[in-house]
Amino acid sequence: MRALNFGDVVFLAKGALWTLALFFVSLVGGSVIGIALALMRTSPWRPLRWFALGYFRLIQGTPVLMQIFLIYFGTALLGFEFGALLSAGLALSINAGAFLGEIWASSIDSVGKGQSEAARVLGLRYGTTMWHIVIPQAMRVATPPTVGFLVQLVKGTAMASFVGFVELTRASQMINNATFQPFVIFGGVSLLYFAICWPLSLLSSRLEARLAKAYTR
Amino acid sequence: MTYEFYFGDIWKARWLLLDGTLTTLRLSALCMVLSLALAVPAAVARIAGPGWLRGTIYAYVEYVRNTPFLVQIFLVYFGLGMAGIRLNPNGAALIAMTANGAAYTIEIVRAGIVGVDRGQWEAGRVLGLSPVQIYSSIVLPQALKIIYWPLASQFILIMLASSAVSVIATTELSSITYDISTQTFRAFEAYLVTTGIYFALSVAFSAVFSLIFWALFMRRRPA
Repeated sequence: MRALNFGDVVFLAKGALWTLALFFVSLVGGSVIGIALALMRTSPWRPLRWFALGYFRLIQGTPVLMQIFLIYFGTALLGFEFGALLSAGLALSINAGAFLGEIWASSIDSVGKGQSEAARVLGLRYGTTMWHIVIPQAMRVATPPTVGFLVQLVKGTAMASFVGFVELTRASQMINNATFQPFVIFGGVSLLYFAICWPLSLLSSRLEARLAKAYTR
Repeated sequence: MTYEFYFGDIWKARWLLLDGTLTTLRLSALCMVLSLALAVPAAVARIAGPGWLRGTIYAYVEYVRNTPFLVQIFLVYFGLGMAGIRLNPNGAALIAMTANGAAYTIEIVRAGIVGVDRGQWEAGRVLGLSPVQIYSSIVLPQALKIIYWPLASQFILIMLASSAVSVIATTELSSITYDISTQTFRAFEAYLVTTGIYFALSVAFSAVFSLIFWALFMRRRPA
């Protein structure tokens, strides 16, 4: 056992950067999957709607840890050498896609049917209707829960440590194994997560309150 | 190279998996009961308590909800160890799960209490009931209906999140699966089966909670 030193702080800071990298990879991947699923869920074609619903239930009904392990071992079996960042990023993207997809689908649903019907009567195509009429209105409703979900995603990146990805949590675990100062290390690291997540939480509830006010007026 | 799936070793470990599943259920159920027992008084204190207590509960809830469960597990597990409290991993897991679950449950219960119309309070006061009586026989029963679904989802979330406690070598489903995967070298098959078990549990509990909701709130009461 040894004392905490400056090198440990640098090691933790690097871990924090990897946490942010994993967060952004998963956010981009999750958004792409989420948009596709939200459009499927709100599409006029029933099989697509059911596929999206099945995806939401399956992913939200299983632990993210299992998803991470399945992608990690599954991609290896298929002969891909993904490494920890890519396989954790893929698993978290698949996971985030289910939550973002459901948030966005219900936001699209919240835009009155009359809007897309009116657009169709005007001769606009599906893509134009979605892009210029429905999505701009849906975004107002979608923003607060989307920001709220970002908190879940930041916290979810900690699960990547199970497959050996050295992000902030794994880094803190390694340093604790060497120095055994759990209160300082895990307490400090949790405050670092808190510093990222709490502002997002506050922003989310503020946006939600503003939206609720706009609707009661 | 094509991979051949082999579930034989997993099948041999089926009783272990059942044990792990039961431990997961036991931990989740205990966590839910303990969380509620802590959350009801804490939610009342969060609304009506003195300023310092309201602030403390608020800070606790925000801290727990804005930090990863995994880090909380480490804090509890190693923290208890440093404080000289020797607990088996399952006990530490239950404490970590409850510390986490209680924070979310406080928010659910609080929203339920706040969601009951103020007029109910005033009516109770006019009838000469004490605040304790108003809480227990007027506000809480109505709040129960508001908080039912959030609590039901909370149980399923706890059950799924409990997989994270495998990091401290407990004996719940995910830890057992880890053991099986390292002993059989069939990690993918092991995790596939366990994922299926978790999914079956989620689906089953959703159905059970729907039935209970119907039995509690939807049946016609005699006039």
